[in-house]
Amino acid sequence: MQTLDPIIQEAVAAFAATDDGDALEQVKARFLGKSGSITALLKGLGALPADERKAAGAAINRVKEGVEAALNARREAIRQQALAARLAEEALDVTLPGRGETRGGLHPVTRTLERIESLFRSIGFDVADGPEIETDFFNFTALNTPADHPARSMHDTFYLQDEAGGVADGILLRTHTSPIQARYMQAHVARYAHLETMPEIRIIAPGRVYRVDSDATHSPMFHQVEGLWIGENISFADLKGVVADFLRRFFESDDLQVRFRPSFFPFTEPSAEIDVAFMGGALKGRWLEIAGCGMVHPNVLRHAGIDPERYTGFAFGMGPDRLTMLRYGVNDLRLFFDGDLRFLRQFV
Amino acid sequence: MKFSESWLRSFVATDRSGDELSHLLTMAGLEVEEVEAVAPAFSQVVVGHVLEVTKHPNADRLNVCRVDIGNGTVAQIVCGAPNVAVGMKVPCALPGAVLPGDFVIKVAKVRGIESSGMLCSAKELGIDADASGLLPLAADAQAGDDVRRLLDLDDRMLTLKLTPNRADCLSLTGIAREVAALTGTKAQFPAVASVTVTGSAARSVALAAPAACPRYCGRVISGVDARAATPEWMARRLLRSGLRPISALVDITNYVMLELGQPLHAFDNARLQGTVRARMAQPDETLRLLNGETLTLADDVLLIADDEKALAMAGIMGGNDSAITLDTTEVFLESAFFAPAAIAGRARRYGFSSDASHRFERGVDFAGTLRALERASELVVAICGGQSGPLSEALAELPARPPLRLRTARVARVLGVEFAPDTIAELLGHLALDCQRDGDDFVVTPPSYRFDLEIEEDLIEEIARLYGYDNIPSQPPRAMLSMLAQSEDSRPLPRLRQILADRGFQEVINFAFVEEARETDFADNRKPVRLANPIASQLAVMRSSLIGGLVGTLQANLRRRQNRVRIFETGRCFLRDQAGAPVAGFRQPWRLGGLAFGGAQPEQWGRPARAVDFFDLKADLEALLLPAVARFEKATHPALHPGRTARVVLDGEAIGFIGELHPQWVQKYELAQAPVLFELELAALLRAHLPQFVEVSRQPPAIRDVALLVDYDLPLQTLLDGFAAHCPPPVQELRLFDIYTGKGVPDGKKSVAFRIVMQDTQKTLQDSEVDFAVQKLIDYAQQAFSAQLRV
Repeated sequence: MQTLDPIIQEAVAAFAATDDGDALEQVKARFLGKSGSITALLKGLGALPADERKAAGAAINRVKEGVEAALNARREAIRQQALAARLAEEALDVTLPGRGETRGGLHPVTRTLERIESLFRSIGFDVADGPEIETDFFNFTALNTPADHPARSMHDTFYLQDEAGGVADGILLRTHTSPIQARYMQAHVARYAHLETMPEIRIIAPGRVYRVDSDATHSPMFHQVEGLWIGENISFADLKGVVADFLRRFFESDDLQVRFRPSFFPFTEPSAEIDVAFMGGALKGRWLEIAGCGMVHPNVLRHAGIDPERYTGFAFGMGPDRLTMLRYGVNDLRLFFDGDLRFLRQFV
Repeated sequence: MKFSESWLRSFVATDRSGDELSHLLTMAGLEVEEVEAVAPAFSQVVVGHVLEVTKHPNADRLNVCRVDIGNGTVAQIVCGAPNVAVGMKVPCALPGAVLPGDFVIKVAKVRGIESSGMLCSAKELGIDADASGLLPLAADAQAGDDVRRLLDLDDRMLTLKLTPNRADCLSLTGIAREVAALTGTKAQFPAVASVTVTGSAARSVALAAPAACPRYCGRVISGVDARAATPEWMARRLLRSGLRPISALVDITNYVMLELGQPLHAFDNARLQGTVRARMAQPDETLRLLNGETLTLADDVLLIADDEKALAMAGIMGGNDSAITLDTTEVFLESAFFAPAAIAGRARRYGFSSDASHRFERGVDFAGTLRALERASELVVAICGGQSGPLSEALAELPARPPLRLRTARVARVLGVEFAPDTIAELLGHLALDCQRDGDDFVVTPPSYRFDLEIEEDLIEEIARLYGYDNIPSQPPRAMLSMLAQSEDSRPLPRLRQILADRGFQEVINFAFVEEARETDFADNRKPVRLANPIASQLAVMRSSLIGGLVGTLQANLRRRQNRVRIFETGRCFLRDQAGAPVAGFRQPWRLGGLAFGGAQPEQWGRPARAVDFFDLKADLEALLLPAVARFEKATHPALHPGRTARVVLDGEAIGFIGELHPQWVQKYELAQAPVLFELELAALLRAHLPQFVEVSRQPPAIRDVALLVDYDLPLQTLLDGFAAHCPPPVQELRLFDIYTGKGVPDGKKSVAFRIVMQDTQKTLQDSEVDFAVQKLIDYAQQAFSAQLRV
């Protein structure tokens, strides 16, 4: 029966010569099809004598299995080839940039304001707001700065025209965010008038303010954040604690140096200016003025209907524009209000 | 306030170095803003006495001098200065001296003649710009003496940035008093005696406005030499305090003002008639001032006048017609106390300020009026000669200094640190305050020179200052913990900003004031809120819309070659409104505005380039509003294209606009294409609703697509509204998925295709139910809009 082995060899060679699935099935028919050589051999079994038939059948079956195995192997090889070809064809240049929209971003000062708000919220400060066209009363008088007070010359104020073209009486663009504290205190007192003890006031009030000033370090519109904490036992030591803690968290620098030095604001007494000094970086070791603060002046409390003998509190005001400049190394205040996308995109 | 450090040290002895002194003042609330050396560093420059001057044999412009440099040493020095002369005392840099600019002096041969040093000009020593010749030194200077010591060149000039409450420190006396308090020493001031009255000339004085001027003193000094030279020591102190010497009489009044804090005025007595009085100006009274300006005064301005005319704006500036000149021989010296309220704001109102008004409006020591007059008289007689007349004084009621109660317990409460009463007593003692102990409390009478000690807290600040703000502990906050409200019926503004940023918009912050034309063009605002004192005409009116600023930012970025701009801004707008609150007459709403210009997407390889359009921005807006769904109604807006503008309506309330910029503004503002803009009321955007659960169906949905032919002009919203009102129950969603005109659609018609999703939460829908629902919608569309089913 050695004569049958060449059939397997022939099939292996024929399968190997084909390289696509359909052709392979055609070739298969030559061996295993109705008129294939193996089918013919099987058909020929009947003609053999009975004593030879069993052995011959077994031999033919071995050949058939050999051919089928070769066929399956070839089928798998062709499938793998086809997959490889498809994968190669589907390959992308993955280094091409992504398709569609990019992201915009927040203004750097907004970024700072949001950080300030969330830091103060974490110790229970709420956020308050107030009008930007403000009355002389809330901007100055309610803050213990009567007309002709020399402190008014510290603020170069924008005034508005009335409808006849004259200077509107008692109306201005707020020069600081402090009027918000005056308004808030009044509203708070009215809201809790029915209570024996007024709940504490803990707010920050961010906003835009205006002064007649314009150069590399002054903008006619800029930002301030006012802070206010009033309660039955709030002292200057608390003020120092809160502000110093804030500044160290804001700049993420535990070794930031913070100093308080006496100053003057009509609406606080005692008053202080706050300086910080960094331990490293370009500004290392230089004292930088960063905020004003103090204990709320008894006259301001009285104006709002709060008894200064019973309640004390502190207020502070700082410049988020300056905090932003220091935090991100921005060297010109005017960039914040210039709308230059090349600048703004740096803070996305 | 600028002053000479050595002048200060002449009043208060302290071993603190200059830097320590600056730090001390700064940390006590007298911020030292600037420290300048009066001269740069140099060494080995001594007084040289020129003994002999001979021409240099080999050079026309040089001289060979023999100079006594002290200790009997005579040096030969070659000198090129034109003013060198025998007998002169000049600065002489010895060999080994290092002059400013690291210029080392050596023994050298100058054109063959040995020169052992250099005679110096003021410029070579770095103390003045004068290089025209040698700096002449005083004739009585001793040869060999150190020039730095002779001219007090180790002195420094300090500039204080004084807060308005510390008027008492607008003088050397005040600062010395402060240094003494801070260092626990005593200040020593020169005794001022009354000058001997040698003349008889006198002028009567009177108070016609005693509340504004409760004390007026004067004295005539006759026979003065107004041309007398100001002594060098005085000129030097004035210069180092920021005042240029002018003439002896003026310099004396300035000197006394700096020394004692009392502004003085000198009138030419020959130009005065009768009694000098302080009175209020008559309405429309005019006065020609020293600075040449003629002012028309309001009747709340205090004047100094004689029997005939106004002489000066009291405490602010003298008049031109009564001013002293170099020919004045009889001077009337004024020293007065003017109440701060009578001076405050007046100079600023007329657009200037003066050293006198600066002091009077903050408060001048009313107990020092006479002392200053005596001091000035003494100096006038000593420098200009003359006979001092008797003193004239008119006196009414001076300010009261009511005693203040200072409670030890209150100090602890305000500062958060406990002080023993003895400590408080000691600190008050340093300030030399008049103070009585009453148990643990104190009764303190503020001195006449402190206008800032009015209430207990003012004294507490003094305690804190002297104790040192640095020494007050920094206390972590302690409070009753209660959570802040976090309502879900509003969304935080940061969330809105983040949505826009995530959709490719960059936040900008524009000025709230804009050029008037932008208000007219973009808001048709003919009556904008105008500033009375704008810094520039393009920043003259308050915006009533964010659009002007956004278009401006677009223009600026286009100039910088940024051709795709997507920006947004939140800020207040300002409108006149009689019903406005909280400031009557104005409405100040917060708005959110956005602008898109250029490509719909950033320039890229992956999508066909296309300009951004209305529907791109509308998608951004719809995403911003979610979960709320706004209605967009055809509308007009002065800034926007009339056919491409929609009013945004939310819950029945108009909350703003979206649209393409009007072609006329595209042209006027030179834009290459039309930006698309929106502007919305922020308050409406911040509203939110608590989500409400609706059951989700587990049944399979039935989906049918229907295309209808309708009139081309039929707005989609009308169709959708009709469907919504006539929607059979199983319809869950009705989605527009195609709009088509062209082949197969008659003119004047459009095909709108909807996908209808139907579902029941309880059961699977039967085909008959589905077909029935779809047919109901089709029937409605046919009947209401003559729509035809397109098959």
